[in-house]
Amino acid sequence: MTDLLRIEDLHVSFATDTGPAPAVGGVSLSVAPGEVLALVGESGSGKTVTARSVLGLLPATATAHGRVLLGDGTADPEEDVLTASPARLRALRGTHAAMVFQEPSTALNPVFTIGWQLTEGLRAHGHGGSKSERRALAIEWLDKVGIPDPATRVDHYPHQLSGGQKQRAVIAMALALGTRLIVADEPTTALDVTVQAEILELLHRCRTDFGTAVLLITHNMGVVADLADRVAVMRAGQVVEQAPVRDLFAAPAAPYTRELLAAVPDFGTGGRARPAAADVAGQPVVRASQLVVDYPGRLGSKGFRAVDGVNFEIHPGEMLGLVGESGSGKTTIGRAIAGLTPVTGGRLELFGEPLTRKRKAVAGRIGYVFQDPATSFNPLLTITDSIAEPLVVHRRELGAKEIRTQAEALLEAVHLPRAYADRYPHELSGGQRQRASLARALALRPKLLVADEPTSALDVSVQAKVLDLFAELQQELGFAALFVSHDLAVVEQVADRVIVLHRGRIAEEGATSQVLGSPQDDYTRRLVAALPVPDPVRQARRHHSPVAEGVTGP
Amino acid sequence: MALVLVRRLPLPRLRTGVGVQRAMLLTGLVLTALFVLTAVLGPALAPHGYAQLRDTEGLFGSQQHPSGSHPLGTTIAGYDVLSRTIWGARTALLIILAALLLSVVPGTVLGLVSGYLGGRLDRLLVGLADALYAFPPLLLAIVMSIVISGGQSSLVGGLGAAACSVAVSFVPQYFRVVRAEVIRVKSEPFVDAARVIGTGPWRIMTRHVLRNSVRTLPLIFTINASEAILTLAGLGFLGFGIEPNSAAEWGYDLNRAVADVTSGIWWTAIPPGLGIVLTVLGTTLLGEGLTDLADPRLRRRTDAPVPPADGGGDGD
Repeated sequence: MTDLLRIEDLHVSFATDTGPAPAVGGVSLSVAPGEVLALVGESGSGKTVTARSVLGLLPATATAHGRVLLGDGTADPEEDVLTASPARLRALRGTHAAMVFQEPSTALNPVFTIGWQLTEGLRAHGHGGSKSERRALAIEWLDKVGIPDPATRVDHYPHQLSGGQKQRAVIAMALALGTRLIVADEPTTALDVTVQAEILELLHRCRTDFGTAVLLITHNMGVVADLADRVAVMRAGQVVEQAPVRDLFAAPAAPYTRELLAAVPDFGTGGRARPAAADVAGQPVVRASQLVVDYPGRLGSKGFRAVDGVNFEIHPGEMLGLVGESGSGKTTIGRAIAGLTPVTGGRLELFGEPLTRKRKAVAGRIGYVFQDPATSFNPLLTITDSIAEPLVVHRRELGAKEIRTQAEALLEAVHLPRAYADRYPHELSGGQRQRASLARALALRPKLLVADEPTSALDVSVQAKVLDLFAELQQELGFAALFVSHDLAVVEQVADRVIVLHRGRIAEEGATSQVLGSPQDDYTRRLVAALPVPDPVRQARRHHSPVAEGVTGP
Repeated sequence: MALVLVRRLPLPRLRTGVGVQRAMLLTGLVLTALFVLTAVLGPALAPHGYAQLRDTEGLFGSQQHPSGSHPLGTTIAGYDVLSRTIWGARTALLIILAALLLSVVPGTVLGLVSGYLGGRLDRLLVGLADALYAFPPLLLAIVMSIVISGGQSSLVGGLGAAACSVAVSFVPQYFRVVRAEVIRVKSEPFVDAARVIGTGPWRIMTRHVLRNSVRTLPLIFTINASEAILTLAGLGFLGFGIEPNSAAEWGYDLNRAVADVTSGIWWTAIPPGLGIVLTVLGTTLLGEGLTDLADPRLRRRTDAPVPPADGGGDGD
C-alpha cells in the first residue's frame, strides 16, 4: 500500500543557551491513506515536534535531519518537507497535509469572520472560482462539519462560536482544501468531555466520509482507544512501540507501554477500596447552604453567577469529589472555601463558624493545592522556603531552626529527596512540584484540604503517583478533602462522595460508585457517556450503546 | 534594593548574544565604563580644577588655542576646557544617581502598593501619574530650578533642581511599569497560595510580589540615565544650571561656547558636546542591549540556522 506520509529516521534538536537539546532522535513512521495513526507519549517525548515537522512548522531554533516524505496517496511519497523550498511548502500545506491545533481559539484570527478564514485558504491555493462561489463552498463545508445554521455562521467572528464549533471550523478549513492528511495536535485537550466526544465523532467522519488520514497527537489514552487504527508510543524522542490499537491495549510489548497503560485511570472499573473514614456523625468541616457566588460584570453589564444556590457538606475525613465541565462553578466553590473569592449569597460555614472577613482564624486550618504546579510557587524562593512559609506566618515562635527541620520532614513525607530542599521550583519536574505543593498545603496539619485539579497539568504516570501519595497522606493524617476535577476517572479513583455540577447548580450527588456507576440525572449520564475509556473494545461497544448515542451520534 | 537590581542584570548573557546585538551591548558597556571611570577618577585625571583660572604662571587667558599646558585650549571665561570636561562627568554621574534615587524608590513603592491594593487609591495614583506625564519635563525642570534657587545656583541647588524635575517625570514611568507587573504577578497562583496560607498583605507584597515585579527596572534605569543627563544639560544650556564656580557642567559650557562657534573657535564646544553625546549613547546602547538579551524572543542564537524566509517570494 502506498503511504501518504513517511518519516524516515527523523532527528530534531533545539539550540538553547546551554547547547543543543535533542527533541527527536531517529523516529520512523508512516501513515497510509484513510488511516488514523495516534502518536502518544508524555510531555517532552517529542510527539508534537514530530508532528510539526510534517508541515515544516518547526521553530527557527530547531535543526532537523532525516526525511519527512509527503505524498498524495497515489504514488510513493517523494516530496521531502525538510528540504522543500518555502514556496513548495506553502503549496503542500493545506492540500497534502493540514494542521488542527490544540487551542481552537488561538488558531483562528479574531478579527476576521469564519467564512473569510475558510475562503482565504481556498484563495491561496487557487480553488473555488469567484468570490460568491467560494462563499457557497465555505457554507457547504461548515454544514458538513456539523455547524448549525451555516449560512449565518459563515459571517460570525470566532468569539461568537463555542470552543467545539471553533474546532469544527478549523477542521472544515482543512477539509475544504481536500487535504489528504490532518495532523491533529491534542485536538480535544482544551475542550470539555462532552464537546470532546463530538469532535472525536467528527474526526471519525473525516475518515469514513472524506477518506482523510489523521495523524493524532494525544496523551489521552481514551481518545486513542476511541479513534486510532494504529498507535505509536513515543518516549524521550524515540518510538518505543508501534502496533494496531487493539493489540497495543490487549498486549503491550514494550515495558514503557505497559507502565503507561497501567497508570491510566480506567473509568468504570470501580473506585479504590478503602475503609469508610468519613465521620458522618461529627460536625461537618464545611457546610454550604444556598451558596451563591457572582462575578461582577463590567460597568453596565450584568454579572455572571458562577455558583447558584448550592447546598453541601463535607464531613471530617471525607473525600468529596466535585466534578463538572468548564464554567460549572467547581473551581469557584473551592476558591470560595479558601477565601480567594468572596461569597455573595447564602451561607458558608467552616468548622462550624460562619465565614467572615477575618480569615486568620481559619487560614491555618485549610490547605490548598493548585492546578498548575509551575506557577503556584514563587520562582525566587527555594522549595524549602516555600514549604516553610505557612509555618513562618503562623508559627513564628518555633524559630528558624525548628521551622527548617519541620519543612524538611514535610519534604520527606511527600517522598521528595532531601537534596531537593534548596532547589528552586523551576529545577523540579511537574510531579515533584505538585508533591511540594502538597507538602506546603499540609504544613499546618489542616483539617481540610482543597485540591483544585491537582493532577490535570501532569502526565498520566506522574498523576498516578501523585494520586497514590494523596490517598496515602489522607489515610495517615485523616484530613477532609474537596477534590475538584473535570476528570471523572480520577474522581472515581479518589472520592468517597461525588457532586456533579452543571452551570452553577448541583445536578447530582451521592456515593461515588452510585453517581458514576448508575447516574440518574440526564446531565451526569451524558458526562459519563462522553468519557472515552482507555480500552478500544469497550469504547467501540459504548459507541453503539443506547445511552451514548444521544451524545455522540451525528 | 539596589543590590537586587544589580543582580538582576542579565550580564552573564553577554556571551550568548551575537552580531549587532552583541556589538551594541559591548559598545554601551565600554562607553558607560569609560564615563564612570572618568567621573570617579576625575580629580586625578584633570590637569586643573573646574573653577581654576590661574596657576603659578599666572592667568590661563581667554580663548587660548590648544597647547601643551592646555591640551584643549581655554574658554572665553578662561577655564581649562579639558579639565572642565572631565569634571563635568562627575556632575553628570551625580545627577544620574540623584535622579534615580529620587524616582526609583517612590515609583516602585507607589507602583507596588497601588497595583496590589487596587481600588480607589489605585485610580487616584494612576490619574496623578498620567497628569504628571502630561508636563513637558524641561519646562518642569525650569520651574523647579527657579523655585529651588531662583534660577542661578550652587552645585546642590542646581543638581537638586534637575534631579527633582527628572524624578517628577520618571516616577510615573517606574510607577507604571511596576504597577503593571504587580497586577500581572498578583494574579499568579503563588500569590493565591500565599493568601490561602493567611499571609498578610504587607508580607505578600514584599516577599512574593516585589521581587517578581522589578526585573525590567534595570533596563528602564539605563535608558532613563541618559534622559537625566540631557535634562541637566538642557537646563545648563538655557542658563538655569549650575554656576561655573560650583561645579563643571557640560550644558553650561556648551551655552558659553555658542558665540565661539561663529568665530572659528571649535575647541570650547566640541569636548562638552562629545561628553554628552557619548555618555547618552553609552547608557542608551547598554539599556537597549540588555533589553534585547533579557528577552529570549529577541535574543538571537549563534547555532540556530537562518530562519527560512517563509513569507518571502524566493520560488523553487
